[in-house]
Amino acid sequence: MNFKEIEDGIVELIRKAETELPDDVVKSLKNAYEIEDGVAKTQIDAILKTIELAKKSKRPMCQDTGIQTFFIEIGVDFPFINKIKDLITNAVKKATLEIPLRPNTVDPFTGENHKDNTGDHLPYITWDLVDGSDVHITAFPKGGGSENMSKLGMLKPGVGIEGVKDFVVEEMIKSAGNPCPPTVVGVGIGGGADLSLKLGKRALLRPVGVRHKDKNIAAVEEELIKRINGSGIGPMGLGGKTTVLDVHVEKAHRHPASLPVGIAVQCWADRRARMVIYSDGSWEVK
Amino acid sequence: MEYHIDIPAGKDEIKKLKIGDIIYVTGKVFTARDEAHHMMLEKNNISFSPGDMALYHCGPLMKEENGEWQVVSAGPTTSSRMEIFEDKFLRKFGTNIIIGKGGMGERTKKALQKYICIYASYTGGAGALAAEKIEKVEGVYWLDELSMPEAVWIFKVKEFGPLVVSMDSYGNSIYENLKKR
Repeated sequence: MNFKEIEDGIVELIRKAETELPDDVVKSLKNAYEIEDGVAKTQIDAILKTIELAKKSKRPMCQDTGIQTFFIEIGVDFPFINKIKDLITNAVKKATLEIPLRPNTVDPFTGENHKDNTGDHLPYITWDLVDGSDVHITAFPKGGGSENMSKLGMLKPGVGIEGVKDFVVEEMIKSAGNPCPPTVVGVGIGGGADLSLKLGKRALLRPVGVRHKDKNIAAVEEELIKRINGSGIGPMGLGGKTTVLDVHVEKAHRHPASLPVGIAVQCWADRRARMVIYSDGSWEVK
Repeated sequence: MEYHIDIPAGKDEIKKLKIGDIIYVTGKVFTARDEAHHMMLEKNNISFSPGDMALYHCGPLMKEENGEWQVVSAGPTTSSRMEIFEDKFLRKFGTNIIIGKGGMGERTKKALQKYICIYASYTGGAGALAAEKIEKVEGVYWLDELSMPEAVWIFKVKEFGPLVVSMDSYGNSIYENLKKR
């Protein structure tokens, strides 16, 4: 097994995430360009130009290259499960120099920048065990401006789903231009405080334009999109029709006394890239 | 209206700018985020002239090649984090153009009026596009103490924009107007 090649593969995965937006996001931004005018159109125009330039010149579209975040589905029969974490950590250090990435990991006590995008608990990896022998990795570099607009609401169960919807709409209106709209919003409902936020973030991995398979939840998503876009906040909070590109909702069962709502926000630079590593060590970035 | 502005801009030029105008600026800008604001407010001797430059809320991604710094990506950062410093900053340094994203609050709005300045929004996340308009890296201050994103970088920019004048020197703010709606 050539581990160095896998490490290089993970660097390519990060490069792809940082320099190329998924087609579903680009398509949605192009639709926004068609319906906007005035100042709002100038913002979407600059966004589309940035996307094109970043892809062509292989440079990060945004200077905030994010906290390096990975969601991994690891096949239980993959022969080198114990190596993956180190490979990712080394790839992040390498990517920081090669792509390059902005050094984004700061010690909260000393203020010292670790300078290689690693540090305590970082890169941030979420593991899921699945059947089979392949490893699927989603790179999801997460910017700070949108992350700062995350919210947790421990609502009273009595307010019901109507209360949940109002909470999400109010919080997104309060966020205004700060998370770099048009954004993608992930809403996790239920579980506990941490699980609702985790579900919210995970919901962001779903492609833009794809509705929840449960019809009732899909209807809630559609209503939220309509209400948030009706606010008129618009691209970059300068006014317009497109404040969100999409809203994705996920749920878990809740404690009878709790109604947690976790909101995760992703800027228009909804950076996601996927790779698969096969049991023989070969890999593909998709 | 669309304007092309040379930095430093005179009072009359700042006064003609109103919210909703699109501007492109040419000249020198310096970057400063929270840490740099804090540091510059405490220091007595600054060895460059912030008053002759535009202030850019930005933590750029830079690359050093053969001893020279190059800009890789340099879009704006969220301006509201600097709200607690900005009125004092404008008073001390006399900078009259702020470039950022997301808008600023009441204290800055009043300071823009008092010291005749504007706040202009650049498209958040448009880092690769911004880098194209930066002609030269003229210097960097406090890189060791503050590290790459927080350090003060001095850029020579040409036709940097489009920037939207979102807070003008008359106490108007696009962000506030939208909030009222």
